Amino acid sequence: MIGQDLLGIEHLERDQIELILETAEHMQEIGTRDVKKVPTLRGRMVVNLFFEPSTRTQTSFEIAGKRLAADVVNFSVSSSSLSKRESLLDTAKTLDAMDPDVVIVRHKVAGVPQRIADVLDAPVINAGDGAHEHPTQALLDMLTVFQEKGRIEGLTVAIIGDIAHSRVARSNIYGFTKLGAEVRVAGPPTMLPPHIEDLGVKAYSSLREVLDGVDVVMALRIQNERMGGGIFPSVREYSSTFGLDRAKLRFARPDAIVMHPGPVNRGVELSHDLADHRPSVILDQVRNGVALRMALLYLIAGRAFPQNQE
Amino acid sequence: MAPPRTTSPDSSSPPEGAKSASSAAMSPDAGVPLASSTASAVDQSRERVVLDDTKIRRALMRMAHEIVESNTDLGALYLVAIPNGGVPLARCLAANLESLAECQPRMGTMDTTLYRDDLAARGTRPRLRTTEMPSSVDESVVILVEDVVSTGRTIRAAMDALMDFGRPRSVKVMALVDRGHRELPIKIDYVGKNIPTQPGESVVFRAKPYDKSEEELFEVVVQGLDDSPPDLERTKKSGGFV
Amino acid sequence: MSRVLIRGGRLLDPSIDHDAVADLLVEDDRVVEVGPSLKAENAEVIEAEGKWVAPGFVDLHVHLREPGQEYKEDLASGGRAAVAGGFTSICCMANTEPVNDDPAVTQYILDRAAKDSPARIFPIAAATRRLAGEVMTEMSALKDAGAVAFSDDGETIMDARVMRNVLEYSKLVDAAVVIHAEDCGLRADGVVNEGRMSTRLGLPGNPVEAEEIHIARDIRLARLTGARLHVGHVSSGGSVELIQAAKEAGLSVTAEVTPHHLALTDEATGGYDTSTKMAPPLRTGSDIETLRKALAEGIIDCVATDHAPHATYEKDVEFTAAPCGVLGLETAFGVVCDMVRTGEISPLELMRRMSTAPAQIFDLEGGSLTPGSAADIVILDPNCSWVYDPAEGFSKSRNSPWAGAELKGQVFATLVDGRLVYQTGRGILIQ
Repeated sequence: MIGQDLLGIEHLERDQIELILETAEHMQEIGTRDVKKVPTLRGRMVVNLFFEPSTRTQTSFEIAGKRLAADVVNFSVSSSSLSKRESLLDTAKTLDAMDPDVVIVRHKVAGVPQRIADVLDAPVINAGDGAHEHPTQALLDMLTVFQEKGRIEGLTVAIIGDIAHSRVARSNIYGFTKLGAEVRVAGPPTMLPPHIEDLGVKAYSSLREVLDGVDVVMALRIQNERMGGGIFPSVREYSSTFGLDRAKLRFARPDAIVMHPGPVNRGVELSHDLADHRPSVILDQVRNGVALRMALLYLIAGRAFPQNQE
Repeated sequence: MAPPRTTSPDSSSPPEGAKSASSAAMSPDAGVPLASSTASAVDQSRERVVLDDTKIRRALMRMAHEIVESNTDLGALYLVAIPNGGVPLARCLAANLESLAECQPRMGTMDTTLYRDDLAARGTRPRLRTTEMPSSVDESVVILVEDVVSTGRTIRAAMDALMDFGRPRSVKVMALVDRGHRELPIKIDYVGKNIPTQPGESVVFRAKPYDKSEEELFEVVVQGLDDSPPDLERTKKSGGFV
Repeated sequence: MSRVLIRGGRLLDPSIDHDAVADLLVEDDRVVEVGPSLKAENAEVIEAEGKWVAPGFVDLHVHLREPGQEYKEDLASGGRAAVAGGFTSICCMANTEPVNDDPAVTQYILDRAAKDSPARIFPIAAATRRLAGEVMTEMSALKDAGAVAFSDDGETIMDARVMRNVLEYSKLVDAAVVIHAEDCGLRADGVVNEGRMSTRLGLPGNPVEAEEIHIARDIRLARLTGARLHVGHVSSGGSVELIQAAKEAGLSVTAEVTPHHLALTDEATGGYDTSTKMAPPLRTGSDIETLRKALAEGIIDCVATDHAPHATYEKDVEFTAAPCGVLGLETAFGVVCDMVRTGEISPLELMRRMSTAPAQIFDLEGGSLTPGSAADIVILDPNCSWVYDPAEGFSKSRNSPWAGAELKGQVFATLVDGRLVYQTGRGILIQ
């Protein structure tokens, strides 16, 4: 996969996903050492190009790059490039002239990583674009589920919340269905996008029904600012209809695990104690994020055709 | 840590003979060879067995004797297997040491892939293999266990990796086969057999399971590859267990 | 006296339902004779065997950006792009800087066009001042200055009372009011068709209902007022039903469709290419099917390009931030010619949709090749395949979804006022 972009899970093959997950499992061992660094990407440059602030994802990539001995450069672009009369692609080309080996792109608008990948020589990893995809989050979610359950094939996964505006939902839908899981989505009808079932999922508007017999419950973060757009009336109403607590979780399988991409709005998507304790695995997700991103950097960083044959 | 892995075909399509070897008997990621470029070039008809199971086990017993003779502090021994081939060899060696001297050396498995010096020059990334070092190597006498040594580059990578697990008192190398063509100043302390080869040939160690038991059948074969020019992979070593 | 003889072409004149091989003779700026084996001394001869000879295309909907945004396009470059696409008359929308809501701007455009443009340019004036949808413009003065229709295109008149008054008042000048139909509230920040693709791409959707609701409202207002309503860039199948019903009810409603809405679906947006972003957005395959059928049957009266140039740097931004619109003049025939090959429409009817029908909607001269008509003529090679490269084209901008595409059907030559102004391989032939 060297030199290949990772723009979304939609275009990954099943065996590629499995290779990434398997590689990530090996990378986890490095995180258990005293010396948490290997020389693999020594002399390589990883650039974090974040147009939208995201401390968690950026830090996770930074740690991953540093554990592989790469030089990690944070190239933060505060607001829209338009304000500087510099087009988005100008920014990308400027960056490319600095010869990065991989560029991590985060942007609040869907499609920007792809447009940047179109003009960049270096491979691009999408670190979240609008409501499109967040492939590394989905991969670390799959890794977490796999390690909890020992398999993904045949599991039932429920994703709950604002599916319409969620990149995490889309990437997980593609990923889990590719690996043979059954995926369900649920939320208020205003949060379910049109034709969502075309992506291979079943949509529900009842928490009780969607949870029935599921192995994995994934709650999405509710953006309070969405209330202004009128897609849900109040936080109180949301948490009473789609917020998870231990009582509601009884509809799921007894061994079901609870996930959340973070940061959690406590008392909204998840009750306070569910956010902190089993069966929630939220901190495992974070931990796995580093190993997963190390795996991706290992597999992807570099130009497609290295000239430096030694 | 060896979690259950997703079932997937190896993307790197290893040589056929090597792929079937030992995968059932070894760690979950066994049977995933590094050398993919040799796959199409291997001609099974030009493969000859140079060491059979009996000879290999005899050599392992002899090397166990040598280890006992040359080490006064057997309690400090730490066998570090380089996967995949080193793993069954280290297991057998440990059993021999126990029967000879009632010593139970510490055991570890250490993948050297992330320390390789040829990663930048390759078009694809090798699959990673298990690293499992249950305890620190501080003050121990480490014996790196490898199936076939040639250029010495894997041993070089292994020594780098080892330093990330502590500061051993000393490091020694055991190889079942030394096939020559050294490119680095690496000395093998315990050698099963020297097998001089042409650069175009490759030497493969296999551990095949049989009789559904834990027992494995060992063999070392030489594969002729004289049609194609030697490259990094082939001179490096086998297709099966690098 | 200059004479041009166009010899041996398939003469397609929708104004008299003429479709047969014939010669055509032009003297100065008029067609003087049509018939077999014409003889003309001292005439420049254009051999048109195997080609179609038709009235020059008329485009009711282009954006030429002058005055104010000449870096995107101006009357000269837009006029050149027009004749290269076979258009001899084009009507430019009012959303310039300043807005064409004042007779002085209308006059400016006409003066510049007369000097700079090889195509005839007819200004469409704003329906409300500054396109703000509040206070109507001085339609009478604008019409006197040369405006041929009124439109706030680019913006929507959301206040139904204002729209009613605009329609009522337009009867004073007997001109069509062109609507850009999009309910802004329902559209919200939508940038692609709402549906399977918007969900896949994670881009905000713009439902067809935003367009249909607005068309339905304005058809009611046309009924209320009896004014002439022209529906710009129809994109949805549901809109076609509304327009058909309005026509059946005898209302004075006409409609246009763009080549891109006839040929491309929202699948074209899959790579987030901002050259596929326009308003209204590209819809689905079933919409295309309905639109093509409606064009063939005449429910939709004409093809209009909605030629909307934007600078590359303006388009090289986030999909949501990019301005709407694509180039259309130079590719229009190559794109819609496909409908003739598939048998969906006859060559004569296609020519009607591109010249005769639109000329009638805005009461423009043109759309006919009968003797005495203005010698605005296009000669077409329907079988010639060519690759469109915007960099080689005449527009100042390059935002085309057909950049690099092979099109079948090429403009061979264009005459305006009896003068050969464009010929393939030779380019623009006048200054």
